[in-house]
Amino acid sequence: MTLDINQNHFKLFGLTEGFRLPLDQLDQVYRRLQAEVHPDRFIHAGENERRMSMQWAMHVNEAYQTLKKPIKRTGYLLSLHGIDPKIETNTSMPHDFLVEQMEWREALEEAAALHDGARLSALEALLRKGMDGLYRDAEAEIDARHDYAAAALTFRKLMFLEKLGEEIHYAITELDD
Amino acid sequence: MALLQISEPGESPEPHQARLAAGIDLGTTNSLVATVRNSIAVALPDAEGQVLLPSIVRYLADGQPEVGCAAQAMQAKDPKNTIASVKRFMGRGLKDAHAENTSYAFIDAPGMLQLRTVAGPKSPVEVSAEILKVLRRRAEESLGGELHGAVITVPAYFDDAQRQATKDAARLAGIHVLRLLNEPTAAAIAYGLDNAAEGIYAVYDLGGGTFDLSILRLSKGVFEVMATSGDASLGGDDFDHRLMCWIVDQARLAPLSDEDMRLLLARSRTAKEHLTAYDVAQISAKLGSGELVNLKLTRQVFQDMTQHLVTKTLSPTRKALRDAGLSVEEVKGVVMVGGATRMPHVQQAVGALFKQSPLNNLDPDKVVALGAAMQANALAGNRAEGDDWLLLDVIPLSLGLETMGGLVEKIIPRNSTIPVARAQEFTTFKDGQTAMSVQVVQGERELVSDCRALARFELRGIPPMVAGAARILVSFQVDADGLLAVSAREMSTGIEASVAVKPSYGLADEDITRMLRDSFDHAKDDVHTRALREQQVEGRRLLEATEAALAEDRGLLSPAESASIDTEISALAHALDCTDHRRIKSHVERVNKVTEDFAARRMDRSVKRALAGKNIENLSL
Repeated sequence: MTLDINQNHFKLFGLTEGFRLPLDQLDQVYRRLQAEVHPDRFIHAGENERRMSMQWAMHVNEAYQTLKKPIKRTGYLLSLHGIDPKIETNTSMPHDFLVEQMEWREALEEAAALHDGARLSALEALLRKGMDGLYRDAEAEIDARHDYAAAALTFRKLMFLEKLGEEIHYAITELDD
Repeated sequence: MALLQISEPGESPEPHQARLAAGIDLGTTNSLVATVRNSIAVALPDAEGQVLLPSIVRYLADGQPEVGCAAQAMQAKDPKNTIASVKRFMGRGLKDAHAENTSYAFIDAPGMLQLRTVAGPKSPVEVSAEILKVLRRRAEESLGGELHGAVITVPAYFDDAQRQATKDAARLAGIHVLRLLNEPTAAAIAYGLDNAAEGIYAVYDLGGGTFDLSILRLSKGVFEVMATSGDASLGGDDFDHRLMCWIVDQARLAPLSDEDMRLLLARSRTAKEHLTAYDVAQISAKLGSGELVNLKLTRQVFQDMTQHLVTKTLSPTRKALRDAGLSVEEVKGVVMVGGATRMPHVQQAVGALFKQSPLNNLDPDKVVALGAAMQANALAGNRAEGDDWLLLDVIPLSLGLETMGGLVEKIIPRNSTIPVARAQEFTTFKDGQTAMSVQVVQGERELVSDCRALARFELRGIPPMVAGAARILVSFQVDADGLLAVSAREMSTGIEASVAVKPSYGLADEDITRMLRDSFDHAKDDVHTRALREQQVEGRRLLEATEAALAEDRGLLSPAESASIDTEISALAHALDCTDHRRIKSHVERVNKVTEDFAARRMDRSVKRALAGKNIENLSL
């Protein structure tokens, strides 16, 4: 009769499993859940309830972030279907993707070396466009075709771009300091 | 007399008396305490009608230290024993405290520096506790009873050591900390609740010694911090200091004595404040040598010499916006907090960056304490029906571990909503390695040397294996106060090591106990009475909580379960009268044990209720 804290995140939020999510509903349920389980509600509770409140609040935060961020959501959907994207070991990528990656990295290094904020911002916009395209791929692969092997490749590409995005973000921050 | 009334099944307990709760803004320059009275947050004045207590403590050779105005008046006469702006030293070692150019005699203690005074060496925690004691007394006299607990504010950009030091200071002052609350978040609560604000707001908080910039989303009674950034050693003090250097320069003064330095700092502060309303300030002082200083300062000259300090606040501001993924156009309002935001050039710079006039309709010196009081009142359980809100705050700095080659592996990124838990697996790098050292760091850089070291601990007894075969899971947990606990476990053997990230800044539990023993207020307490009192408080709290839970949800229990809980709680109620703290403790444990399933069922029911959406009306303002 007890709820399993390890249950599927989609079930926790009462949502249908899939890449495409009603984000408004996710936000609403998140707030309702935290309103119930947050440690601020249990300041005067006994030790058991305080501990459980903390565990639940942590879990709800984690589940929310996983579902909210499309890259994490993609990885999570893969894991739910028993797919290990093998980010560390599987580095085989289509040739043109790798070429594009190398070009972007060179552009980043150049712009960072020249302290060119405008170029960094332009690069960031370009990268965001690239990620949006990949998210459309992921949605089609997961929701329409249930082709998780293809989605795993898309996920690996996304991880590449995410890492590059962090480096661009870091370079922009450095420039501002 | 029974300590608590045990209500019959199905019968509601008496509506409890409002618990006395306060919000305390422990500031670099001034501190104050506020409370909620008749649903309105008010700052509490002292006997002279003053709300702001200067955060200055003067130690005397014998007897109670002086705190506030009395200490302030003696700054220039007794500079070594009169400690101002101690917040800058909280949780800081000598080398990172920016301790140069001060009149104090520092002792470089491990983790956190100490100050040598005529009353002996004092840790910044002890100095802060003196300020907190005065505020606690003020609150108790004004409220007419013992304080149940307080919310204490800290700069959002405070790291783990600084937060822990603040919590320790409160404990030393005998205050039960309901929650550590970030200062800009407290201001957002006060502003948001007063104005029924909805949308995205920035809080620009330039205090005496710290700068914070937080961006929050306010919607339907939820205050959600999206990003926070800042500078833990930049504030109004720096403007005073810059002006003092200008005076020395203009008047061609010889290097200053400690006394003259404090005198000129005080004069600089007065001139700075004067220039907020006037175009010209006159600076006059008589130095120890008898030399007279007489200078005229225009607002323009003052602004020119301090513009770089204002500019320094803008890059954390832009960083917070970037982290939140927002453009300035998306920010609906900018709430100004902290006395230093009164300076016109600060107002101008913020207005120019956000392309809108900042919001100044709350007193920037009081707004943090007022928000803290509102949160304290809510946490104490005094909120009225329909007056409900939820606060979701974040950690300001990333938390990680040192890995091979002095690199940092981030475990929890900055701006993660708390409470948060994250774990990561590591492995051994040498064949037969049986121990692993875990260095916990906080900061944004890739290199350990650029981050702040929080703690180091060792996991020992790993069975010898080939390199890379051991699986060591390191778990980080940050609680709702923003405090970190770390544990490590070798997965194949279950060997575990854990650390509350406290010892590295130098105050272990024994230190606190020693300080408590040393402190005047507790001289008459011995260890036993203190332990007894703590156990009684804990027992009473548990009894009250269990009573309330039973009144609400007895239906979740079978008659047998219900009866055994009743038995244990009445046993605990009886034990509370005894003088053996161990006996109370064992009853507390028994009640905790017998109510474990009950707690889990109540928790499940709460989660289900949230999913059913039944509680949504409680969230509306």
